[in-house]
Amino acid sequence: MKMSYYPGCTMEGTARDYAKSLEEVAKALEIELVELEDWNCCGASSAHSTNHGLDVRLSARNLSKAVDLGLDLVIPCPACFLRTRHADHALKQDAKKWDFDEYNPSFDIMTLTTMMAKPEVLEKIKTQVKRPLEGMKVVCYYGCLANRPPQLTGARNFENPDTMDSILRALGAEAIQWSYKTECCGGSLTVAKPDIVRGRVEEIIEAARRAGAVALVADCAMCQANLESRQADLSKMKPGFEPLPVYFVTELAAATFAEAGGAKWNKGHLVNADVINKYLGS
Amino acid sequence: MNTDKTLYPSKSSSELKAALLEHGINVESCYQCGRCSGGCPIAPHFDLLPMEVVRLSAMGMEEPIVKSHTIWLCASCETCTSRCPNGIDIAMMMDALREYTLNKGYKPAEPGIVAFHKSYLNVIRRWGRIFEVELFVEYKTRAFDFFTDMAMGMKLFFQGKLRLIPQPAKDRKAIREIYNKERKEK
Repeated sequence: MKMSYYPGCTMEGTARDYAKSLEEVAKALEIELVELEDWNCCGASSAHSTNHGLDVRLSARNLSKAVDLGLDLVIPCPACFLRTRHADHALKQDAKKWDFDEYNPSFDIMTLTTMMAKPEVLEKIKTQVKRPLEGMKVVCYYGCLANRPPQLTGARNFENPDTMDSILRALGAEAIQWSYKTECCGGSLTVAKPDIVRGRVEEIIEAARRAGAVALVADCAMCQANLESRQADLSKMKPGFEPLPVYFVTELAAATFAEAGGAKWNKGHLVNADVINKYLGS
Repeated sequence: MNTDKTLYPSKSSSELKAALLEHGINVESCYQCGRCSGGCPIAPHFDLLPMEVVRLSAMGMEEPIVKSHTIWLCASCETCTSRCPNGIDIAMMMDALREYTLNKGYKPAEPGIVAFHKSYLNVIRRWGRIFEVELFVEYKTRAFDFFTDMAMGMKLFFQGKLRLIPQPAKDRKAIREIYNKERKEK
């Protein structure tokens, strides 16, 4: 399978481990990801928050690169994904307004986990699992923008999505049902309003713990960084607060695909993430 | 916070309503069911509930809206938009109201958040992609806040996740042209 790929800024910076584990997973699943030529930042969330035209034009430039490739476009970051979908919608409504002669693309735009949860990809994942995560209880955390708003994302079950859960089941883990799958972690406010965000994160982590999870699994690099960094704060500020690691879905997949050894990216986490090694049988 | 939510028909701003309609947002279809506000994760920190912002917008009450903390604290999680039974894009309404507030030159109630947005967009204008260290320095300078999150920054740096050299987009002229087209006069 060959697809075009918009990594977005985090994949080269703070979510470097997400990118590396994705590379391994894509290789194992025989999915060729063709990076958009000279892509730019989508501007989320500052551009859409303060300048609508700038928001559409930044993503429209990326879309013009995707049109050149003509392949289905995979975007791991839900924030980038939604901005791109939004620009796609704006261009389809009125291409000339945004200086496009025409815009009639034939490709689909999807998140990484939507792609991985397709039935044929799930089957492929199952054949690659060498060390299933048997007995590992996790909760999948979807965050906001991969599913909302459904009129833009095309998500079928935006209040209770199941895509990542199905991937985790394919990896042999026990994906627990819980009610915080799509509760916002406040990521877009994390720099300017850390006090508000710590409250959000604490509530989400407590819910995960109540559900009996030993870890969270995410596909959003912003959520992952926010949930772990604010948990690191909470551990210092609140005696007795025990953080839970937040894994990227690709980190867990790559670990189960490997014949031996612990997970490779545990050191890149901001809270202790060695719990996975217990389930890898290493 | 003592926000005046009284409706003053004589002060109604048609300009505010026009700005929302330009984005296809029809606040007048709201019947105040409250789903947006019941599901909002940041509502406990708001001075105006989402449903109040919608109602005040429909009445053209510019002043309480442009002075509110709510429009800046909204985290753009899209819960309200997804649940509104009348199809009002409330999250985009918040975007439009922020833009309106800045374009009209009002002083934002949350200067730190605006400092972050400005710093972020400046970095993208310069490089086409994010450059975290520069963003951090510019934001800290604008917000005059030098200590928050320093330890986390150092940890990320030692994990090799913070680059000291930007990895820019190649065609930065194209990025500058995008910015020039959408430049706002102040």
